[in-house]
Amino acid sequence: MNFDWTAEGPKLLELLYGVLAFLAVVGVLLLVLDKLPLRKDRWVAAAFLFPAGALLMIGLIIPAIRTTILSFQGASTFEAKWVGLDNYKWIFTQREALITLRNTLLWVVLVPLIATSIGLIYAVLVDKARLESFAKALIFMPMAISFVGAGIIWKFVYAYRPPGEQQIGLLNQIVVWFGGEPRQWLLDSPWNTLFLIVVLIWIQAGFAMVVLSASIKAIPTEIVEAARLDGVTPWQMFWQVTIPSIRPALIVVLVTITVGTLKVFDIVRAMTSGNFDTSVLAYGMYDYAFVRYDSGKGAAFAVLLFVLVTPIIIYQIRNLRQQRTIR
Amino acid sequence: MSALVDPPTAAGRVKRRLSSRTATVVSIVIALVWTIPTFGLFLSSLRPEDQIKSNGWWNFFSDPQLTLHNYGEVLFSANDQSGRLASYFINSIVITIPAVLFPLFFCALAAYALSWTKFRGRDWIYIAIFALQVVPLQMALVPLLSFFSKGIAIGSTYWKPWDFQGPDKFIQVWFAHACFALPLGIFLLHNFMAELPNDLIEAARVDGAGHARIFRSIVLPLIVPALASLAIFQFLWVWNDLLVAMIFADGTEKTAPLTVKLADLAGTRGNEWQRLTAGAFVSIIVPLVVFLSLQRFFVRGLLAGSVKG
Repeated sequence: MNFDWTAEGPKLLELLYGVLAFLAVVGVLLLVLDKLPLRKDRWVAAAFLFPAGALLMIGLIIPAIRTTILSFQGASTFEAKWVGLDNYKWIFTQREALITLRNTLLWVVLVPLIATSIGLIYAVLVDKARLESFAKALIFMPMAISFVGAGIIWKFVYAYRPPGEQQIGLLNQIVVWFGGEPRQWLLDSPWNTLFLIVVLIWIQAGFAMVVLSASIKAIPTEIVEAARLDGVTPWQMFWQVTIPSIRPALIVVLVTITVGTLKVFDIVRAMTSGNFDTSVLAYGMYDYAFVRYDSGKGAAFAVLLFVLVTPIIIYQIRNLRQQRTIR
Repeated sequence: MSALVDPPTAAGRVKRRLSSRTATVVSIVIALVWTIPTFGLFLSSLRPEDQIKSNGWWNFFSDPQLTLHNYGEVLFSANDQSGRLASYFINSIVITIPAVLFPLFFCALAAYALSWTKFRGRDWIYIAIFALQVVPLQMALVPLLSFFSKGIAIGSTYWKPWDFQGPDKFIQVWFAHACFALPLGIFLLHNFMAELPNDLIEAARVDGAGHARIFRSIVLPLIVPALASLAIFQFLWVWNDLLVAMIFADGTEKTAPLTVKLADLAGTRGNEWQRLTAGAFVSIIVPLVVFLSLQRFFVRGLLAGSVKG
């Protein structure tokens, strides 16, 4: 154990440069903006928007357009050949790619629904309970853990030892206690995808719980009182008062988790590396573009992802515009 | 009993009905399922290697033995193969700090322009930026990487590649994180800024202050809570990121963050549980501390973004 601390010096120096560069940029920008005699709001806005706009252009807009072009080309980035829709045809005909699509569908249906339901149930159950904030923190905590960390945590839960040996994974131990045979949870397709999905549900339920809990607390007391005078049962209260009142929040939670789920990459990478039929779109893109160096197919996966996310965001923009006109 | 304590919210009513034994059991079961996996990993990371590998962590309660050896080994081991996580830990820090600061400032500037200056097409630009969230990171990776490593040719003009080497590779990672953080960041800060009282800004304008001055001395101090919650978001996102780091930092101890090394260990040395458990905890501990101490800000940021939007 002789760790070479001097090798870390250049990194810290780089960090120092980074922070100094930040301060310099901030200082110069503010100074220039202060001194410039900008009369028209239009010019002020242009100056304020410039840094963000430039970054968005270089980092998102141009690359997105180029990726779309790449998706119609063959493997090589230099002297790429046009292949038309071949990459897309390939996705919709190859067994491997089809499984990737099927898995993505499973993820995107199961994670938002289950995570939101668990979050909602838990929010209702612990509302006004003693130790409420502590109980919430328990569920919310996985949000802070990286997907890689979460992947390792659950890999450990799923760990397998042959029958007869002592199990070190909790799940197999429970199976054994109940008299079953230990199983290789992460190897048997298609069930292994479900066991990966559990990890993302575990992470996202906390998010759903916090947002829904806040909007449950914001339901006006009068509505509840009125319903109670009408003599509704608590069950009706839940379905006819609580749920409708928090509908906007429910939709936002579902949408946010859906978008996040479509982009999930880390869990698959850390737990199975996409083997044993567990790949998803976001992983397929990485796999083809950066491991197999087939940028055309990788780009096609990315574009497909884009196509799937678009309607969801358009829906959100419509909501946003409605709210702005109200305001 | 229930007549005395009558919770006034709808949820309270439901709870009263459900707060039979089933409800309590359900909530305890959920809490256990959510906590035990992490707890099991944590406990394991403190057990001696032969014990981790031969029996489950629950055996700790009948045969308690604790050691910090796993942590020492995985953090400071001499060869890169067995961990050397201290080096990656420093990389994570070096990556995270500028990758939080830069977008935060640019987001604040842009959000100000979008909420307090008046020009034609303002709403459209705002909506366009919000809509950019639609672009999955995956779409930007290949071209952005080739922008750095191969340069870019627009027509006949050829832009030379940056080709960062050694610690300069961090610049690539900072840049990528800064770009990807902008759409959500501008959206969140704009929500907050647009709610500032109009009178305040008007008064300053009457006194002859320009936009730059108003931004610096009035708006920035007032949006500190929003900046704080966005900073926590961005911090967790960058610290926990794997994809951007895998592509823009090379995979070695020179620039790769913890997540990259851990994903690697999980793949190649999946059975070395003494390293994986301790390593996972090293990567979890910083965001967990940040999260637990600044939870209130984090939740506020979450709610500003989701309930309103």
